[in-house]
Amino acid sequence: MLYAILCYNTEEIVTGWTQAEDDAVMASLDKVHQKLMDEGRFGPAIRLMPTTAATSLRREEGLVLDGPFVETKEQLLGFYIVDCKDLEEALDTARQLTKANPASGGGYEVRPLRLFLPGVPGIGAS
Amino acid sequence: MSDLAWIEQAMTAARPQAVGALLRYFRDLDTAEEAFQNACLRALKAWPENGPPRDPAAWLIMVGRNAAIDQVRRQSRQAPLPAEDQISDLDDVESPLAERLDGAHYRDDILRLLFICCHPDLPPTQQIALALRIVSGLSVRQIARAFLVSESAMEQRITRAKGRIARADVPFEAPGAVERSERLAGVAAMVYLVFNEGYSAGPGEVAARSPLCEEAIRLARLLLRLFQAEPEVMGLTALLLIQHARSAARYDAEGEIILMEDQDRSLWNPGMIAEGLALIDKAMRHRRPGPYQIQAAIAALHARAATPSQTDWPQIDRLYAHLEILTPSPVITLNRAVAVSRVAGAQAALDMIAPLAERLAGYFHFFGVKGAFLLQLDRRDEAREAFGRAIALANTPAEAAHIRLHLDRLQQDGPGAA
Repeated sequence: MLYAILCYNTEEIVTGWTQAEDDAVMASLDKVHQKLMDEGRFGPAIRLMPTTAATSLRREEGLVLDGPFVETKEQLLGFYIVDCKDLEEALDTARQLTKANPASGGGYEVRPLRLFLPGVPGIGAS
Repeated sequence: MSDLAWIEQAMTAARPQAVGALLRYFRDLDTAEEAFQNACLRALKAWPENGPPRDPAAWLIMVGRNAAIDQVRRQSRQAPLPAEDQISDLDDVESPLAERLDGAHYRDDILRLLFICCHPDLPPTQQIALALRIVSGLSVRQIARAFLVSESAMEQRITRAKGRIARADVPFEAPGAVERSERLAGVAAMVYLVFNEGYSAGPGEVAARSPLCEEAIRLARLLLRLFQAEPEVMGLTALLLIQHARSAARYDAEGEIILMEDQDRSLWNPGMIAEGLALIDKAMRHRRPGPYQIQAAIAALHARAATPSQTDWPQIDRLYAHLEILTPSPVITLNRAVAVSRVAGAQAALDMIAPLAERLAGYFHFFGVKGAFLLQLDRRDEAREAFGRAIALANTPAEAAHIRLHLDRLQQDGPGAA
């Protein structure tokens, strides 16, 4: 069974870290990453850029909005990693998903990635 | 991260909102600041014992308000006391407090606080000092060190700024849409000034002054959180991130400036560049270009070039041309001429800057750039003269040293070579 572990923290504080503080946090986390890696349990790990870099695509009228998805009634249900050359292409991909998705309401949030660790090859393939 | 470090960062992050709310409440900068300090002292005691509050800003506002009201009562100042129903139930500050604070005020509180700091009555140096003191919460000593002045001089500068603010008629009601966007432009300019104070550090000053760059980025991020759909705020933040990303490559071991062309691009910070590129990408989608966006786009083109030879000079030339239209200035034309020299050659660039000679007669970079163009055309005597003028006008020892390198090279080639 694969589990997603979603990271939450106060963005103001995390983006306020100096490079040295950020490096220290990542070095500390890397010990856990490495352990999981050695155990063959480490799938892709992603660090997103701040919500201020986010763009949202609402289902209604394909409305594009700056900023993160704020509708608190809706929950984060999962996410894709797609290689896009720019925001326009990413939004276009999100539009295609919107069209293909029969659900009503909701939408997609496009957040550029800051860090991507691919993890152990083939994990979750079974 | 230790508890104490976390608490300190939570306080710094909460500061603009908390001081802004306290200022709305007390309408006096010193009282608001003092109230915030008091709240922080109590937080240092309470948070490690009880755990951090759910909403640190709300906690600090409420506790700060209590503390200040006590003090105001004791000193029975002339300011009218708040209505009793607003201050009656302050014992349990933790639970329903976040809900009670009016979220709608939040943005205007911070904006007012920033706006006060860039009040048009204040000269730029006072604006920056005040913003660093009030919004960022740097100590007078830290600010003095960054400005390379004595602590007492900085203390005076800040006191004078506060005096002017107190005499000026600062509006406390929520600003209308037009006023808000005017304020926003003023605040953006102030943030950019803070950044430039750090960015233009000379050799030996980098360690003391580069924190100003980090502080400016923090302020820009704060603005961006408040105005998530403003392309110019995205542009400003992108510009600062991309420029600061190059900081590790900008000076050599002796503290001399390294030009972008000669910088080791592997020292550029990829995370900051990536975020800057994402932001400018997003800003451009709005099709509402402005000076910060264009400057960020120019910086982005440099950042995207893996080697100097891959720089997209024609596009940089077009962006500068656009910037010239939006904000005409001889300095922008001078910058454009550098791009033109790459696209159309040094002669075209020289022709472009010739009309600027009078207006930029006291400007270091004008003569540095002119000398470089002349050198490319092998007009050595004229180049030497231009570099000589540049050295005489240099603002920092690093600038002078950089030009001297050109002169030395000319000298080595021998005067007869001209």
